[in-house]
Amino acid sequence: MTNKSRKWTLAALLAVTPLVATPVFAQAGVGENYRWLTFAVFAAIIAVTMYVTYLAAKRVRSASDFYTAGGGVSGLQNGWAIAGDYLSAASFLGIAGLISLYGYDGFMYSVGWLVAYITVLLLIAEPCRNIGRYTLSDILAYRNDPKKTRVVGALSTITVSTFYLTAQMVGGGVLVKTLIGINYETSVIAVGVLMLAYVLFGGMVATTWVQIIKAVLLVAASIVIVLLVWAPYGFSLPGFLADVVADPKVQARVANLLGDPAKAMSAAELGQRFLEPGLYFKAPVDQISLGMALVFGTAGLPHILMRFFTVRTAVQARRSVVWAMVIIGGFYVLTLFLGFGAARFVGPANIAAVDAGGNMAGPLLAQFIGGGPNSFFGNFMLAFVSAVAFATIVAVVAGLVLASASAMAHDLFVGVIRAGRETTPQGQVTAARVATVIVGAMSIGIGIAAKGQNVAVLVGLAFAVAASANFPCVLLTLYWKRCNTGGIVAGMLIGTIAAVGLTLVSPNLTYPKAVKAAAHKVIDAAPAKRAVASAALTSVDAAMAAKATKDLADLDKAVAKANADLAKFANDDTSFMGLEKPLFELKNPGLISIPLGFLGVIFGSLLMRDRRAESLWNEVYARQNTGLLVSKSVAL
Amino acid sequence: MPASNVADWDAIIRDPRFQSLHRRKTTFLWGLMAISVVYYFLLPVGAAYYQDLFKIRVWGVVNVGILFALSEFVVAWVIALAYSRKASRDYDVMAAEIAKEYGGVKTEAVEGVLV
Repeated sequence: MTNKSRKWTLAALLAVTPLVATPVFAQAGVGENYRWLTFAVFAAIIAVTMYVTYLAAKRVRSASDFYTAGGGVSGLQNGWAIAGDYLSAASFLGIAGLISLYGYDGFMYSVGWLVAYITVLLLIAEPCRNIGRYTLSDILAYRNDPKKTRVVGALSTITVSTFYLTAQMVGGGVLVKTLIGINYETSVIAVGVLMLAYVLFGGMVATTWVQIIKAVLLVAASIVIVLLVWAPYGFSLPGFLADVVADPKVQARVANLLGDPAKAMSAAELGQRFLEPGLYFKAPVDQISLGMALVFGTAGLPHILMRFFTVRTAVQARRSVVWAMVIIGGFYVLTLFLGFGAARFVGPANIAAVDAGGNMAGPLLAQFIGGGPNSFFGNFMLAFVSAVAFATIVAVVAGLVLASASAMAHDLFVGVIRAGRETTPQGQVTAARVATVIVGAMSIGIGIAAKGQNVAVLVGLAFAVAASANFPCVLLTLYWKRCNTGGIVAGMLIGTIAAVGLTLVSPNLTYPKAVKAAAHKVIDAAPAKRAVASAALTSVDAAMAAKATKDLADLDKAVAKANADLAKFANDDTSFMGLEKPLFELKNPGLISIPLGFLGVIFGSLLMRDRRAESLWNEVYARQNTGLLVSKSVAL
Repeated sequence: MPASNVADWDAIIRDPRFQSLHRRKTTFLWGLMAISVVYYFLLPVGAAYYQDLFKIRVWGVVNVGILFALSEFVVAWVIALAYSRKASRDYDVMAAEIAKEYGGVKTEAVEGVLV
């Protein structure tokens, strides 16, 4: 950063400082007077992406254009598109939110999302480019029974993409509702229709460009916010963090999280605790299990694998991953400042009041840094970040729908149902478009039906299935000579069933008996607490009396919630699966289900020996390492 | 481009140059993979079992834990860079030589070193 630009950012910051004296965060979202601003920014982004789609539509003539942009994407472009595909609302808003609410643990959580790309870079990207054509199943079908492997590969692709898609739709619906104030169903339909327009007309060409545009906007917005947040500290990391830990809002949050042990700690100790591990992750083994699902799951996500077919050669595929790692990693380093900045300037309590998961931390920080809820620039920043969030959801959903549609049209329809018969190029594109409409309509339906579902569980499930089923199958068919059809089918089934099954009996689901026990505890403890607070109410110390009033209000709220829980589960003692308590204590099943998936592939292959798969090994191995005949791979 | 859809794959596999490519790639790739996995899991393990170490302040309020988490990013980038340099200087050239002889296919190794 040069001196000149530093002066400029400082000047910009000073210019807006007087406006932020009394920030009010009672309501998230853009104020009524500035609603037009949001729509203007939205309209601009939609107009640009629609124009790109219009240009792309002219270029989409064959199945190859539709699925993989004709292989004409460069490594740099693909790197940005991967970042656009991967930085979903969950990682963009969720991680900044986690840091703002839980400090260090939130930042630690972001690391796994980047390390995941090492697996993709070293083991998956280049061989996949050299062996595959449009889909994950192309790789699995290469030296195995095409029909069987295509069926299991397509089912797994659709399963993983649907979990991920539902999470995006639900998260997106809530987000758009909070930010702009239109209702949940309307925002889900808006996301769905817009996404369909891109994919249906522009195929992979339009999807790629929407992802690139979105990634550039996201990174640009984050850089601007971080510059404004960090500049007053002269871009010193210890200076910035020292101010964060000295903030009473942050210290109050830590005291709140720690409960009784906090009483023995000084304010400085409480603040410092925000930079230490353990405020969010209570069970280390949970974190390790989640880490495994991330690090191996990303390499099994069908919509990410599909991106490697859009470049022409393995060298370009490698270049894509390196660029993606630079962009994604750089972005997560920025979230350190977004998250801690939001904690310092907006305050964890205010962030949690708007959204319990902290998803509004980034947008609220943008509004604050721009001048607060009553300023033009503050609302412009919020509108801009909201529009980027919306574009994020649309771009990610587009990639997922394309992956599902390709599994349906290319693997199931062309590869299995019409196997052995010639499908014309025109027929293939039509099949792809029909599948896109089916998947798109389903995603809107699922998004509306799944309103209020736990998004984190769904994203966790998507990664768990990808890591436990797709990853072992892809890895072993590429690197193990003896791997065959039996192994692929067994690995896919065992991996998927283990991941989904273990999640269904995990602590992630709601267990009415536990909820009711907690509710009874709150109600039973209430009279004693009420007596203490009532006594303090008459205290001569004004601060103590005020605190007592607040305590009483909080107590009323807690009791009301406990009663509501009791009423809700009055006739219900068991979870969705009919269980009174979790059978399996891990929140993410990866630690168990990933090894099971590998064992499935290994034993399946050994039990059902297949000479043909072994005889094709030389071809697979030579081809993935030399890139010979890339354009001719996978005869249908 | 060759006219046919088949190359002599068995001959490629037997070729000493391919054998050498395979050996060098396997050691380097899986070695890097092992380093990255071990280094990554040191973070959650350290955060869970070595909290006293992670809490030591080394640079103002910045503690070992924060520096270690930041180092994860640096290590990931260094591994990516190390692999891509090695691949474009070494493996791509060897692969191009083999591909040229057996298929006459032009590859991108000639484009030179990446990043």
